[in-house]
Amino acid sequence: MSAIKETLTGPIFKNNPIALQILGICSALAVTSSMRVTLVMCVALTVVTAFSGMFISSIRNHIPGSIRIIVQMVIIASLVIVVDQFLKAYAFTISKQLSVFVGLIITNCIVMGRAEAFAMKNPPIASFMDGIGNGLGYSVVLIAVAFFREIFGAGKLMGYEILPLATEGGWYIPNGMLLLPPSAFFLIGGFIWVLRSVRTEQVEEPEFKLAKHTPVGEGV
Amino acid sequence: MSSNDSISKTLIVAFSLCIVCSVIVSTAVVMLKPIQEVNKTLDRKRNILAAAGMLVEGESIEEQFSHVQTRVVDLTTGKFADGAVDPDKYDQHKAAKDPGRSTALTPEEDVAKISRREQYAIVYLVNNPQGEIEKIILPIRGYGLWSTLYGFIALESDANTIAGLGFYEHGETPGLGGEVDNPRWKAFWPGKEVYRDGDVHIRLVKGSVDPTAANAPWEIDGLAGATLTSTGVTNLVHFWLGEEGFEPFLNNLRDGEA
Repeated sequence: MSAIKETLTGPIFKNNPIALQILGICSALAVTSSMRVTLVMCVALTVVTAFSGMFISSIRNHIPGSIRIIVQMVIIASLVIVVDQFLKAYAFTISKQLSVFVGLIITNCIVMGRAEAFAMKNPPIASFMDGIGNGLGYSVVLIAVAFFREIFGAGKLMGYEILPLATEGGWYIPNGMLLLPPSAFFLIGGFIWVLRSVRTEQVEEPEFKLAKHTPVGEGV
Repeated sequence: MSSNDSISKTLIVAFSLCIVCSVIVSTAVVMLKPIQEVNKTLDRKRNILAAAGMLVEGESIEEQFSHVQTRVVDLTTGKFADGAVDPDKYDQHKAAKDPGRSTALTPEEDVAKISRREQYAIVYLVNNPQGEIEKIILPIRGYGLWSTLYGFIALESDANTIAGLGFYEHGETPGLGGEVDNPRWKAFWPGKEVYRDGDVHIRLVKGSVDPTAANAPWEIDGLAGATLTSTGVTNLVHFWLGEEGFEPFLNNLRDGEA
C-alpha cells in the first residue's frame, strides 16, 4: 500500500513534473491568468494522465515496440477529445476560455512522459495512481501561479473581487504584466527556487566547474 | 515478447486500437452534440442581449430573447432578404470567406481589415409591445492590435443613437486593449450618435471627452495605453455603419423602405 501512496504523493513536491522535471510549462503559462480556468485545466489534465496511464498499462504487454509511441498517442488523443467534448457540453464558458489548450493536452509532455516512463512498465492501478499523482503535482504549481496572477493582476480570485481596483473606485492598481504569459515564468521560477531551498537534494550538480583565472604573466 | 513485433501482430494491434478509439470518440461526440448546440445558441443570444444592454442576470435567456426578431439583410441593397438564407444555419463568418457568397474589398473600403464582406448579414430587431422597432442590433467585427474583435452594436429606433456596444471575442492585450470588455468603458457608448450630416462621425479620442465640446455627442474616451485597439474599434464601427456595411439598410429602415 505504501508503494501506491508513494506514487500518488511523490510527484506533488518530491518529484514534481513541472518544478523538477520541467515538463508541461507551455500550458502552465497559458491558462493561469484566472483561477477558475486553471482548476478546470488541472482536472482535465489529471483525468487524461490517469486514464491514459491505466489504458496504456493494461495493454502494455501487447503493444509492439515499433509503433508504441503511436499507440500511446492514439489513446491519449482519444481521451483528450472526449474530455474536450464534455467540457463543451457542461462547462461551455470555461471551455471557450481554454480554447485550444484542452486540445493541446495531447502534446503535454507530462502525459506522454508518464505513459512512456511509467505506464509501459507498471500494472494498471499503479499507473492510474501515478497519473493522478502527476496531475496533482501539475495542479499544485498551476494553482499557486494562478493565485498570484489573478489576485495581483486582476484583484480577483475565482472571479470575486478581493482587492478593489483603482479603475473601479478602489485603491489597488493592478500589475498588468501578471496577466501576460511571461509573468508565469517568473512565478514558476520562484516556486522552483523555494522548493529547491527546502529540498536541497533536488539541486542539480553543476555540469562543469570554472577553472581559476590564469595568473598574469603565465597566459600568453 | 518477440511475437509482439511481428508484422501481423503490429497490424492487428494498430487496427483494433483504431476501431475501439474511433467508436469511443464518435459516441462521445454524437451523444454530447445536442447539449453543445444548446450552449452555443444560448451563448450567442446572451452576447446579443448584452450588447443591446438588455441582459438581466439570473433570468432565462430564452425568455429575454423572445422579444427579439431575427432578420436577414442583403448588405448590397440594404433590404431585408429573409428567404435568402436560414438564420439558424447561416454562418456569417464562414460566408465572408467563401468567394461565392462574399465580395472582396478594396484597400480603401476595407478600413476594418476584414478583406472580404459577406452578402447577407443577420440582424436582430427588438420590438416593443406595439410591434414597433425599439432597437436594432447589428453584428460588427474588425482588426484591433493582435486580433479580430467580434461584437454587436445596438442602435435606438432612430438608427442613429447608440444603445450599446459589446465584443464577445477578441485577443487584445489584457488590461490595455482588453479593456474593451470593461463595463465602465462600454457605459460611454449609450446615448452617443453615429451620423453627422450623413457621414459616420463617431470615433474614439485620446484621453477623455470634453462634455461641453461641440463634438462630444460623437466622441468616446479612448482606451488608455491601447491606441491601436482604439483605432481598430473606430475603424470597425466606421466600416459596419458606413456605405459598405449597414448604412444603406439603416437609411431604408429610417425611410420605412427596408
